[in-house]
Amino acid sequence: MGAARHAVGGALMSGSAISGLVDRSARASLWLQPHRIVLMLIGVGLVVSAAVFMRWDWIPNYYGLALQGIWRTLWILAVTVVLGFLLAIPIGLVQVTGPRWLAWLAYSFCTVIRGTPLLLQLWFLYYGLGSLFPQFPWIRESWLWPYLRQAWPYAVLSLTISYAAYEGEVMRGAFAGVARGQLEAARAFGMSRWKVFRRIWLPQAVYRALPTLTGETVLQLKATPLVATITVVDIYAVASKVRQETFIVYEPLLLLALIYLCITGILVFAFRKLEARIPNRLG
Amino acid sequence: MNSIMIAVGAYGIGILIGIGGAFGKLYGGPVTRDLLELYTTLVRAIPELVLILLLYFAGTDLINRLLEALGQQRIDINGLVAGICVLGFVQGAYATEVIRGAILAIPQGQIEAARAYGMSPLLMLRRITLPAMLPFAIPGLANLWLIATKDTALLAIVGFNELTQETRTAASTTKAYFTFFLAAGALYLMITLFSNVIISRIEKWARRGMPSGAH
Repeated sequence: MGAARHAVGGALMSGSAISGLVDRSARASLWLQPHRIVLMLIGVGLVVSAAVFMRWDWIPNYYGLALQGIWRTLWILAVTVVLGFLLAIPIGLVQVTGPRWLAWLAYSFCTVIRGTPLLLQLWFLYYGLGSLFPQFPWIRESWLWPYLRQAWPYAVLSLTISYAAYEGEVMRGAFAGVARGQLEAARAFGMSRWKVFRRIWLPQAVYRALPTLTGETVLQLKATPLVATITVVDIYAVASKVRQETFIVYEPLLLLALIYLCITGILVFAFRKLEARIPNRLG
Repeated sequence: MNSIMIAVGAYGIGILIGIGGAFGKLYGGPVTRDLLELYTTLVRAIPELVLILLLYFAGTDLINRLLEALGQQRIDINGLVAGICVLGFVQGAYATEVIRGAILAIPQGQIEAARAYGMSPLLMLRRITLPAMLPFAIPGLANLWLIATKDTALLAIVGFNELTQETRTAASTTKAYFTFFLAAGALYLMITLFSNVIISRIEKWARRGMPSGAH
């Protein structure tokens, strides 16, 4: 600890002498203040005691199932984010330039979806629509029926719709925020409307939306455990199954929280890398 | 109308935690600051559903163990109170960040002026900091309120009888799933739209005296 304090003093001195030259190790030691070391030790102690005193013997039995659950969570997250984003682009765009009735339609779609709980939408689609479908013979005979009888299409559909509504609102702001002059310049170059959209408008809007996109994607990750309520086996459902079968209350939940923390950390890190690649000079 | 009660209660607790947390983060010692950072990061990174389950079970269990250790009777914790506390705890983390940002947005001179007048910290909080940060905090806090009303639906999963759970029960007994879910959705939507009207009123009130478009 004495070495750390010495390094702090050194960093302060060099900081006052040449402010730009705070090197990496000095920054690390600034971050590693004595109270942080104590807090970390307490944290490590908590983790170790949790590992020693709590029951983890169920993990080998459910290892495969848990991996499958994580895979399914990630898969649902990826599919719904990509599909939802693709839907969000037209939703945002028509609210900025589209005809009045289309803009109104997109706006009311966003309001309705954002104004009701996701759980309700999910149950509405699964139980509500799901109970209507079997009444129509032509649906039961169509090629879609094997899919409509399973739970995951409803899960993907409702999560996609929800992401599209939230992200559509963000994209509306992003499209409206692109400077008018840029679009006019593109038109003056003789680009077609589609080319202006593809080369100028969309890329700039996506750059602007990217920071919020990170937050929305983390929110989407946090919404995925809801699909467990309609019998899709994601990682949350696996944890509930463990709790029901082994009567262990806390350990699966703690591990579940840790898994979600890790996924969130990876997501945030990946988006930050992506953001760093984008040029800062925006008009 | 349990849903609205939970939302109001959780929101109130959330704002109280938020104010305390924001002040701790801005003016507290290094240990307080790190602990609060841990709290907001953890709560915001773990799904609400998992948190609700963890806190709901762990919280009631802890209180009962504490009571037993003190030689008292075990108590059955009211689902309503537990729900409010758990959601309030979650809301608190988000509110902390919103209010911290809002306090940082206050022109520094106003706080310095208050200090120069010799106001005690509490008086300064009541007269200067809270009113001055309100216009900056209202958009974020309004969002939180809407999230709070929708998060009450999550309590359905721990078996609490709020709007969504009642709807499912009613729907499964009458087999009219479609109608009931549509009606519940309309109710939630009405709460949201009604809140939006009130919020825009409050925002106008909080911004009184501010130059328009100055922020």
